[in-house]
Amino acid sequence: MSKNTIPNRQVLCETLLEIARQDKDIMVLTSDSRGSAAMTAFAQQLPEQFVETGIAEQNIVGIAAGLAAGGKKPFVASPACFLSMRSIEQIKVDVAYSRTNVKLIGISGGISYGALGMSHHSVQDIAVTRAIPGLAVVLPADRHETKKMTEALVNYDGGVYIRIGRNPVEDCYTSADEVDFQLGKAVRMRDGKDITLIAAGETVRVALDAAELLAASGISCRMLNMHTIKPLDVDAIRQAADETGAIITLEEHSIYGGLGAAVAETVVQHRPVPMRILGIPDEPAIAGKTAEVFAHYGISPANIRQIAIQMLEQKR
Amino acid sequence: MIDSRREGSIVDIRELQRKAEQIRIDLLNMIHRARMGHTGSSLSNTDILTALYYDVMRIDPKRPKWEDRDYFIASKGHAVESLYCILADKGFFPKEELDTFCAFGTRLIGHPNNKVPGIEMNTGALGHGLSISVGLALAARKDGRPNRVFTLMGDGEQAEGSVWEAAMAAAHYQLDNVIGIIDRNRLQISGNTEDVMSLEPLADKWRAFGWEVVEVDGHDIAELVEVFRSAPRKAGKPTLVIANTVKGKGVSFAENVQHWHHHVPSDAELEQAVAELNERLRELSL
Repeated sequence: MSKNTIPNRQVLCETLLEIARQDKDIMVLTSDSRGSAAMTAFAQQLPEQFVETGIAEQNIVGIAAGLAAGGKKPFVASPACFLSMRSIEQIKVDVAYSRTNVKLIGISGGISYGALGMSHHSVQDIAVTRAIPGLAVVLPADRHETKKMTEALVNYDGGVYIRIGRNPVEDCYTSADEVDFQLGKAVRMRDGKDITLIAAGETVRVALDAAELLAASGISCRMLNMHTIKPLDVDAIRQAADETGAIITLEEHSIYGGLGAAVAETVVQHRPVPMRILGIPDEPAIAGKTAEVFAHYGISPANIRQIAIQMLEQKR
Repeated sequence: MIDSRREGSIVDIRELQRKAEQIRIDLLNMIHRARMGHTGSSLSNTDILTALYYDVMRIDPKRPKWEDRDYFIASKGHAVESLYCILADKGFFPKEELDTFCAFGTRLIGHPNNKVPGIEMNTGALGHGLSISVGLALAARKDGRPNRVFTLMGDGEQAEGSVWEAAMAAAHYQLDNVIGIIDRNRLQISGNTEDVMSLEPLADKWRAFGWEVVEVDGHDIAELVEVFRSAPRKAGKPTLVIANTVKGKGVSFAENVQHWHHHVPSDAELEQAVAELNERLRELSL
């Protein structure tokens, strides 16, 4: 497979642009972020459906909520680090509590801005957004899932936080046709009986590679793409606990409050099984490219293999 | 031709004044029953809301989601009591429901709740309303709808930075369908606004942000009606009405008294307050 050079944000823009040509209620808002959101094409081609708010993240969410209350279908595209923190109260009150149909796209999420420091990392965004009632939280794995997710979200009436990364990620699916995106329904990308890997967003590719490595070591590994953190597919998690008896989660997020925590909350209240949570530890993340940072914190096929072997020994 | 905006509304200023005093009595009773509420703040904005709901705004209680309605966004959401009493009086929901204010399981909670017919958005966190109004106004303009958006803010609220983000955006997008109102009663929960965080020169600040600013007596209903009706006063400019008010207005011992912000009247205080307001009603009927 040749290296993918198309970032998810570009696919999101292209998909939205295509739909918005027909649906004039779709609007895109940026906070001086049209370039980093890859929304320049949208702004140029559909200026009437585009709103620039300047660097004002609280205002952008409030305006989007007002647009939605006025019958529009706004998509806010703003850096995840600011959108999920600076404007969290507007997300809580104006979007979730007021039940407005606002899509919040947190761009350059996780540690996309690797070398720029903790101010620009967003590894608490899942923790805060998933604690807000009425808000869905999703992360696409690759460009194909991004396309299908965008199409699905256009037709979903309600507030959603969408976290996407900045840089191209290797494909997890061979084409968009292969993706059956259903909000709240995990995708079993590999089946297995010894252990389950659960990942979301850009760690899905890592999990797939790890699953292959485990298979080569004779370990039968299930792999769940948990693209929707909320509403969480608790059935898929319970099944994984029942049928494989061990779970490792992988996330581009703090080890607190994210995917691992969500899975653990389900597992311990259902049937406790050994679990490991891989993510960014409780420290300002180290500088580096995504692959370097992931490897540093053990979000790598080799480390996952080692952990899996230890867990399986404990299981016996 | 009848201007549909004022069809079925009260045009007689005296009648509006009587309405406002009646709303004050209603909200005092409601707060007294519930043993909680923002008494001073609601008494302060009653005349503003009366002018809007009984004369200026184009609304239809039978069709709370009517596409062409004027919007009211209560950015100072804590002063919700006068709003609930007015919405009930207008027939958006049954008046008896006011008895459930702040009771267990009620939808009439202590801040605006858009599960209540006539309430557009859930507010209560300060500094949110004007941004929402910018969005509503943009949507209306894009769809060619005539809606105007009235946004009531507190003066203490002006310290929230997000107010000024929204102020900038409304002027940038030349939203002359946005009418901001500041309930300028000069008191916030900790004291005088100028002691807590100086706001003056407030009008100049808004002018500098590109708004058409007008100051009125926020208890002179005739003046309020005239000013609201005249908006937009300049094409392409949002209007900011600084309504100079008295916190606790209409109840002699509550006026300009800081702790009446959310003081609940005792039985004796309620009795005296209602007596004063009834006296005012009698004067207005002469």
